[in-house]
Amino acid sequence: MDVNEKIKHIEQQIESAVADVKSSKSLQEIKMRFLGKTGEISSLMKNMRDVPPEQRPSLGKLLNALRQWTEEKLDNLESGLKEIELKRKYAEEKIDVTVPARDFPDGAYHPNTLIRNELVSIFAGMGFEIFEGPEIENDYYNFTALNTPKDHPARDMQDTFYLAEDLLLRTQTSAGQIRVMENKKPPIKILSPGKVYRSDDDATHSPMFSQMEGLVVDRGITLCDLKGMLDEFAKKIFGENVKTRLRPSYFPFTEPSVEVDVSCFECGGKGCRLCKGTGWIEVLGAGMVNRRVLEGCGINPDEYTGFAFGMGIERIAMLKYGINNMKLLFEGDTRFLKQFKD
Amino acid sequence: MKAPLSWLKDYVDIDVTAEELQKKLFGCGFEVEELIQTGKDISGVVVGEVVECEPVEGTHLSVCKVDCGSKGTFQICCGADNVKKGIKAPCALAGATVYATAKDHVTVEGVMTIKKGKLRGIESEGMLCSGAELGVNGDMFPGGDYCGLLLLPSDSVNGEDVKPILGLDDYIFDIGVTANRPDCQSIYGIAREVSAVLGKKIKPLDLSYGEVKGGCEKIKITDLAPELCPRYIGHCVKDVKVSDSPAWLKRKLALCGLRSINNIVDITNFILLELGQPMHAFDLRTLDGREVIIRRAKNGEKITTLDSNEFELNSENLVICDSKKPVALAGVMGGLNSEIENDTKEVLFESAKFARDNVRKTARALGQHSDSSALFEKGVNEYTTETAIRRALNLICALKCGTVTDMHIDITTEYSNLNEKELKADVNKINALLGITVPADKMRAILESLNFGVRQDGNILDITVPRYREDIDGYPDIAEEIIRMYGYEHIKGTFLPSASITNGGFNDEQKAENKLKDMLVGKGLYEISTYSFYSQKDLDMLRFPEDAPERKAVKILNPISEDLSIMRTTLAPSMVNVIVRNLRRGNTEGKLFELAKIYLADKLPLSTFPEERQMLCFGMWGAYGFFDLKGITEAVARSLNTGFEYEPAEKPFLHPGITAKITCEGEEIGYIGQLAPTVAEELAVDRPVIIAELDYEKLRKHAKPFRYSPIPKYAEVQRDLALVCARDITCGQITKEIYSACKYVTNVKLFDVYIGIQVGKDKKSMAFNVTFTPKDEPIEDKIDGYVKKILNNLKYKLDVTLR
Repeated sequence: MDVNEKIKHIEQQIESAVADVKSSKSLQEIKMRFLGKTGEISSLMKNMRDVPPEQRPSLGKLLNALRQWTEEKLDNLESGLKEIELKRKYAEEKIDVTVPARDFPDGAYHPNTLIRNELVSIFAGMGFEIFEGPEIENDYYNFTALNTPKDHPARDMQDTFYLAEDLLLRTQTSAGQIRVMENKKPPIKILSPGKVYRSDDDATHSPMFSQMEGLVVDRGITLCDLKGMLDEFAKKIFGENVKTRLRPSYFPFTEPSVEVDVSCFECGGKGCRLCKGTGWIEVLGAGMVNRRVLEGCGINPDEYTGFAFGMGIERIAMLKYGINNMKLLFEGDTRFLKQFKD
Repeated sequence: MKAPLSWLKDYVDIDVTAEELQKKLFGCGFEVEELIQTGKDISGVVVGEVVECEPVEGTHLSVCKVDCGSKGTFQICCGADNVKKGIKAPCALAGATVYATAKDHVTVEGVMTIKKGKLRGIESEGMLCSGAELGVNGDMFPGGDYCGLLLLPSDSVNGEDVKPILGLDDYIFDIGVTANRPDCQSIYGIAREVSAVLGKKIKPLDLSYGEVKGGCEKIKITDLAPELCPRYIGHCVKDVKVSDSPAWLKRKLALCGLRSINNIVDITNFILLELGQPMHAFDLRTLDGREVIIRRAKNGEKITTLDSNEFELNSENLVICDSKKPVALAGVMGGLNSEIENDTKEVLFESAKFARDNVRKTARALGQHSDSSALFEKGVNEYTTETAIRRALNLICALKCGTVTDMHIDITTEYSNLNEKELKADVNKINALLGITVPADKMRAILESLNFGVRQDGNILDITVPRYREDIDGYPDIAEEIIRMYGYEHIKGTFLPSASITNGGFNDEQKAENKLKDMLVGKGLYEISTYSFYSQKDLDMLRFPEDAPERKAVKILNPISEDLSIMRTTLAPSMVNVIVRNLRRGNTEGKLFELAKIYLADKLPLSTFPEERQMLCFGMWGAYGFFDLKGITEAVARSLNTGFEYEPAEKPFLHPGITAKITCEGEEIGYIGQLAPTVAEELAVDRPVIIAELDYEKLRKHAKPFRYSPIPKYAEVQRDLALVCARDITCGQITKEIYSACKYVTNVKLFDVYIGIQVGKDKKSMAFNVTFTPKDEPIEDKIDGYVKKILNNLKYKLDVTLR
């Protein structure tokens, strides 16, 4: 068989091989058979050395044309097949995107942690450090140093759990104030969150709850500064339009003492169920630090003044999230907990 | 503190409405917690005169013609036994509202609206009323408790509203008085505030009385406990005529919820309300030796108080005695043996100051509380002690029910303080505290309206404090008096213009805590918060033996209930309780954590501060098993850049085969395990519950700061080792030995466990993926040697072979 015939034969072989090729995989085999290193076209090329030198250029041309023709043919076929195959694959792999997601359930912080962190970040920005005192206190830190001597009627304001003659569960985070002032000289700006305990148990009282106490002692601190700081707090926690109102009150460790109300963020002050029709909601107690308290901690009250404020974290949480029963906070019911995504 | 508007009007010309006064009081620190309107349910009841009255035969009824003046004349059917021609009675016309009473004619069952109707076929156009139907008792208005018609004075005008006549147009302010103002636990004290806030003069009390010289046998008073009774005043009244009190007195007591007893007792109660000074009246006949001794009770001494309760006393209780026996529990209640009787002829009035904490302790210890003890606990001032006795004598004269003698004994002890308090306040300092400028003149006017004496010397105010204001103690108190009257609305927010800059925020510990919580919440856990106390029963539930360290819990001396009586020593019982509660409520699965303190006493009973130790407790139930929770504890270790080790262990409440002790660098820091089936069954828990508890404070000490370690220059090499060993060899043991045999091993991961005949009885196969990380040179060609070393070590230590 001369070369021309051989070329023709190969062409025919290729035509018939590709006639019933169905997949890109079998096409690949055909490619190898004809175009591979040991493929039929390559072996023809190798035979060139047996051809007389004068015929070689024309033969070379023919063979190159054959190779080119084959490559083009098979490449075209391949891209067509690949397209079909891809379409089939897509069709097979198509999913129902409306099927529910595989869940990575979220966890949740306790509402107290959320409020605590929110408060801390507000006051941290104003330069407050965080101080956490012990929950078990002695009479001195919880009462006496806070200007509440033994016979003081204010002790009745808070029913105290006693653990020993002189040891008790702190009734207020204010106890921590003293520990700070004993060890640190002004300027003082601290925030003291923590658990406190009172012998009280009903729908609005829990024997354990959390407070956040703030204390500022420095030169020239005024009641207006207290008001300014609380305005800022109220806006950040309850909303830009919320206002605060001070009204006289009494705490042994502050003088003057005030009760602080915020304008009702639910009704905007018109009066609703949340604010019991008054337009105001009581949120915290505050006042200018009593001179005796400063003195007791070795701070000269003629040089320094200060203010303190204390709020119930649960109360803020209940107001902010609309929780109507304090008990829910301590029950650990997952249907309650899972709602508190930050 | 209840203050009727009508009573306040006795001292101050109040020309604003009750609601306005409520607002003003609120602004100056006296919150009216409730504004009670007397007769608020009664309307449309007028004075009616019975002009005709005919009995209806065969019934108890009478048909009356009732003249209601301008309202008209009506036919009314009436069943009262005191209805007759000529009387005047409250007449409820159609549309009026009155109280519906039960069959006893006394018990109020609701409010009813009067309609025209027929009684036994007879037309009736309204109703003639009893006191009960109008909410009036005998103390409020004479005849108010009679079970028939309430008879009105004959000069009442027909057709006029009965409410002003019966005092049903009054308001009672229920005021919350802060603990610093015991002087305002009285009508007169509130009246002082009202006068200041309205800018009106207050009418002085009438303290005048005439006394008769001589004619009174000597009385001896001895104060043996001056620390508990700083001042005691006694005054003797003779020719006493015990009788009913006049209507005005009864009515005042009734408005404040006190029952009238007799004129002498009523005088003491009136003064208790008016001045806040509890008083007592002794029948002098009953005082042996005409002697009063104030002393601490003897241990075991007994007294029976006016309400017939007997108490056994001790030396912490103060008693008033005669020469032989206790006759009153000082400040709490008088003795039954010395009470005023109808035939009492000679009375000793007592007005005293008793130490507030002692009265409180006695009232609490004995469970005997009274209006008197409540006032003494809040604090009575000695100025009022003196005023009260004079007021009592004034009332004796006014009521003409006795002769005031000159037998007056005033015991003033070294614990007594009668000096007028004077202080200087600098106007500038007051303004500096407030942060605003209140003019000096304004300050002065405010203080004077509150009865302070003020002399102004430039910026200095020389202030004399009213003797009843024991709370005033320095210029900040004066600042408060000024701002509460000047108005808090003047305080405008400023932002620490003078304060130093400080650097705020969380400290490292708090940041670490937040980071940990972030991680746990990110892993799908919910944070819980539970009470710091529970009971020994909760420890029983988890089967802690009697001698377990967890049983050494700090006790609360005065718990709310047994269920909340000890401070917790482990968080596990709280966690188990929360899980059980969730399961009972149908919450079939969950993952929880709590970071909270436990309280560990050095020794019990507690004598010094116990240790407060933060613990981290986990609980998972439902769809989760041991290894899910272990995944969380491992994540905790990773977050601290450390590692935990687990060895089989036992806990009384955990499954003995599914419990591990957790250690960190050789130190035990907690446990993890599945709730024992026995405990679970008892709690009706039908799903696996996994609990872990870590000592957070120990853990924190193992935390390593994060440091970058350089990426190895040469590629890591991994090898899989399928090993065969005895069944009881643990993954942990093998892992530890693999690490210890070769320093290049950086990770050992179990990926398969097989138990079956192919590896032989009592044996198991475990397959590990071991990572070797080269340090300074490639180790590829040395791996075979390392593996050999590892296998030799395993064979030698644990009899483990290659499969």
